[in-house]
This record gives sequence, C-alpha cells and structure tokens, in this order.
Amino acid sequence: MRNDEQPSATADVEEPSAAVYPPPGEAGPMRLMGWARRRLFNTPTNVALTLLCLWFLWETVPPLLAWALFNAQWTGTPATCREATGACWALVGEKHRLMLFGLYPYDEHWRPLIATLLLLGMLGVSSQRRFWRRGLALAWVAAVAVMAVLMWGGVLGLRPVDTTLWGGLPLTLLLALAGIAVAFPLSIVLALGRRSDLPVVRAVCVGYIELIRGVPLVSVLFMASVMFPLFMPEGVTVDKLLRAQIGIILFTAAYLAEAVRGGLQAIPRGQYEAADAMGLGYWQKTVLIVLPQALRIVIPPMVNQFISTFKDTSLVTIVGLFDLLTSVKASLADPEWRPFFIEAYVFAALIYWCFCFLMSRYSQRLEEDLMAGTRR
Amino acid sequence: MTEPIILFENVDKWFGSFHVLRDVSLTVGKGEKVVVCGPSGSGKSTMIRCVNRLEEHQAGRIVVNGVELSDDLKAIEAIRRDVGMVFQSFNLFPHLTVLENLTLAPLWVRRMPKREAAEIAMHYLERVRIPEQAHKFPGQLSGGQQQRVAIARALCMKPSIMLFDEPTSALDPEMVKEVLDVMTELAEGGMTMVCVTHEMGFARAVADTMVFMADGAVVETSPPAEFFSAPRNERTRQFLSQILAH
Repeated sequence: MRNDEQPSATADVEEPSAAVYPPPGEAGPMRLMGWARRRLFNTPTNVALTLLCLWFLWETVPPLLAWALFNAQWTGTPATCREATGACWALVGEKHRLMLFGLYPYDEHWRPLIATLLLLGMLGVSSQRRFWRRGLALAWVAAVAVMAVLMWGGVLGLRPVDTTLWGGLPLTLLLALAGIAVAFPLSIVLALGRRSDLPVVRAVCVGYIELIRGVPLVSVLFMASVMFPLFMPEGVTVDKLLRAQIGIILFTAAYLAEAVRGGLQAIPRGQYEAADAMGLGYWQKTVLIVLPQALRIVIPPMVNQFISTFKDTSLVTIVGLFDLLTSVKASLADPEWRPFFIEAYVFAALIYWCFCFLMSRYSQRLEEDLMAGTRR
Repeated sequence: MTEPIILFENVDKWFGSFHVLRDVSLTVGKGEKVVVCGPSGSGKSTMIRCVNRLEEHQAGRIVVNGVELSDDLKAIEAIRRDVGMVFQSFNLFPHLTVLENLTLAPLWVRRMPKREAAEIAMHYLERVRIPEQAHKFPGQLSGGQQQRVAIARALCMKPSIMLFDEPTSALDPEMVKEVLDVMTELAEGGMTMVCVTHEMGFARAVADTMVFMADGAVVETSPPAEFFSAPRNERTRQFLSQILAH
C-alpha cells in the first residue's frame, strides 16, 4: 500500500496533550468529574463561563425539544394543531407533495419523484472514485435523457408538462446542479483567460468577471427574465427556466473563476518551467500539470461557491419560478394551515441544510483523498 | 573540437535595465562536458536557461543542434524536445507518481505507446538506482532521490544535450554525492552536458571545459587542468581561492 510507506503520513497529526484526557486508572463518573474540574472549573472565569453556558442551554434546549419533538403534532388537522403547544408537523404530512413538487400536475408527481431519485442515485454513484470511468459519463448522458423525458413528457404516452409548471425540489436541484456543472468549466476558461498573455482575451475575461461580480444575482436574473426578451426579435421566445438557468450559470462562473485563479497563482513557477523544458505545449501544460494541482488547492473556496449557488437558486422566485422555497411558501396559501409557517420554513431549511452539509462533507473527503501522498 | 552543438554568438540580455548577459560567446561541441561557475548573480543560470528558451535573449545568436532560437514556436519546441533540463529545486510534478512524471513527456510530446514509455522510464529509474520508488509520489522521496528522478525524467526524452542548473545546491550535504555519481556516469556515457555548479571536485573529474562567468560576461574558458592550476584572469583566481579555501 502506497500510504503505508509514506514516512510523514502521521507526522502532521498532533498528539493531544496529556491534559485533555483524564489520567488512566480512574473509572467512569470519577473520570468525568476530574476532567470537568480540570477543564471547566479550573479558574473563577471558567467557572462563571461554564455556569453561564449551562444556564443558556437549560433555557433553550428543553423548550426547543418540547416544541419540535415531545409536544409536536405528527398527524392531525389544523384544529388539533391549534390546540397543541408543539410544532405542527402534520402540515408537512398534508402538504409535502406541493412543497416538493410545486405546480407540477398532481397526478404526475411520480415523474419528478423518479427523476429526483435517479439524479440523487447518480450523484451517489459519482461520488465514489472507483466509478470514475468512461462508463459513468455514458450513464450520465442516459440518466439526463431519462430525466428530461420524465419531466417534459410528450413522448411514450407521457403527458407533456411545460417548464413553467416545474417546481419544488427537482427545480432547485436542476438549477443548482446544471448551474454548477456548466459554470465550472466556464470558470476555468475565464480564469485561464484572465492570466492569458493575449491582451484581448485577458480584457474580455477581466471585463466579464468584474461586470458580473459587480451586480447582485437578483439583477442578473431580472435582466435575463425581463430585459432579455425585449432585445429578442419578434416571435422569438426563450424558455423562462432556461433564461434563469443561464443567469445562474453566468453569475456562478464569474465567482468560481476568481477561486480558480487563486489556485492557478499558487502553482510555483518551477512547475511551468519544468513543463516548458520538456516541450509540452500550452494546453498540455495547462491540462496535465497546472489544473490538476490548482483545482485541488481551490476545493474549499469552490465548494463554498457551490453551496452558495445551491441556496441562491431560491432567488428565482422573483422571476416567477417555483423553486423549493417558493413551493413551500405556496403550500401556506391554504388559510387553514397558514399559522404554521414556521414548520414549513423549518422543513425547507432542513432540506437545504442536508444538501449543503453533504456537499461540505464530501468535499472534505475528496480533499483528503486527493492530497494523500502528494504533500511536499 | 567536434562539431558544435550549442553556439552562443555575442548574446546580450537585459532584465529591465539590468544587463544580465554581456556579449556572451560560447561553443559546446558534441559530447563535450562544460562546467559553468562564477559568483552568484553572474548570469550563469540565465545563460544556461537561454539554451532552451526559458529565458529570451535580446541580441546575438543562439544555435542549438543546428536550429537558431527565435520567436518561432516550432523551433523552440523542437529544441526543447532535444534538450533535457535539471533544476535546482527538482520541479517534479507533485500530483503525479514518479513513474507518471517520467512517462509524461514521452507520452504527450513524443506520442510514444504507453508500454514503451513505461519500459523506458523503468530503464532510467534503474540507471539512477531507484526503480523501487516508481509508484511513490515525489513528496515521499528524499531530496537526493527527487533530483535523481528529475535526471531520469529528462533522460526519458532521449535528449542529445543535458542542462544542469545548480543540481546539488538545494540538497543536504549527504545527498550531494548520489546525484553527482549519477551525473558522472551520464558524462562517461558520452552525453553533451552543460552544468552550472559549484562542485569543483565534480568539475575537475568530469569537465572538458571550464567556463567562468562574472557580471554577465564569460571571463575565462579553459580546460580544467589549466583552469584550476593556472587561471589566467584575476577574477577567476579570486573566485577559486574563495571556493577552494576549505
């Protein structure tokens, strides 16, 4: 095994100092007491801080648990919810289909459901490095085709569903993932262009990045949705969803490009010189030597941007698209359930959190995998 | 002397207003081993880096292997394919294994089949005596091993000229010998070599010609026997007395 031979593999891991752990020999509660005395009650300031924290936890955690779990209504009607003191999760049970799929025709909800599950399955498979082969690319092409057929319909006896009716989680995932997938290569081109020796290329890339970074996403989306059609010739229309998607791609690419540029700048000059000296051309040097190293370095800021993009998709509500958050909001249109808006938003927040947390954890693992053995 | 393979004719170069190479003329014959020395800042690294156009010269002519260096990218690429270079700081690619470092240029520049490239790589790894490290990453090797990998990497392109830019300066003392041994073997094999180095023992044993540079100019060019025993120039004498004092 390659890692076993690595001499410095464990050298970076600092042994925690002895004080962190209780001395051996003491058992159970005594160890805990000893630890607490040494770490939490060792000075008057620490005693005060510890007591303050305990008081704060006492005041917040039990009521929160009572509301969210113990006194919560898991099933029932708005009437039973109103009588209960806890959260009304019955709302989610009642309205989850509207929340998850938005305006998509109710009887056809199985289609976005399968498309979403397929997408999540593909993401799961793709996250495993052992599947990173040519077959995976083909699988993605097939999966995207299946998802498109499911969502659009119009063939194989499926009822056609216009993109204006797409909504909820599938829409959020589409906007975020397609946005990231297209913006990523675009951002690399922009970052390389910004460091190009060709003045025109550099000027175009700098201009683009600075222009897009200088305006809020909301205005980019607004431009794409309201202004853009005004410039189109009569009779030519571009799908509203596509316009919003392009807006997100352009916006994300500008930010990602700056992250990638940071990585490019971190590559020592010697790497370029060694590549030059062996006769590699510009693109060979870039693709084989520079980018693999640069992109590794910028995984953290890149994932930061991915997470940001994922959440920013909720802004498409201003151009009238029913993303996850908008669909959740729409589910509160029913006056009977409207008082339980907190539960609805907590539900939406949990979904966003799950995806963002998974991205974050995955990026950490990827970083470790890629860095293994390559430390200088 | 045999036919010249590297030719510098009245080469001048400036970094901004700093005149880094002054009227440098130099001829290196096929199979000749040239050791370039001189105080730091004397332009010896810049000179050697002009040979494969890592640095551009601004006046004069440089002809390598019959091809004159100009803005013609094709000419530059042709020369780089034929000139191997070893750097002071190794410049191995840290994201690739040792074997991948070695096969990269043969695969992508020479368009060699994978098997053949790997065979050549293993052949040169054996010559630099570290075949067992083939599947490690550069960061897992010692400095001396890394520099030997760098030499093997350059050799995999079957170059007709090898340039060494202070190959042992970044090494811990105990690793200098293993690198110099490899270089000596290479010299005995008949390779044309231009080495910028302060290893005077190596120079004495291997060099056909010593070149002494100061302030961007070639001050003295002579065979090592003469260079070390009877240097003609005052600057050379001074430099040698400093470097050989201990």
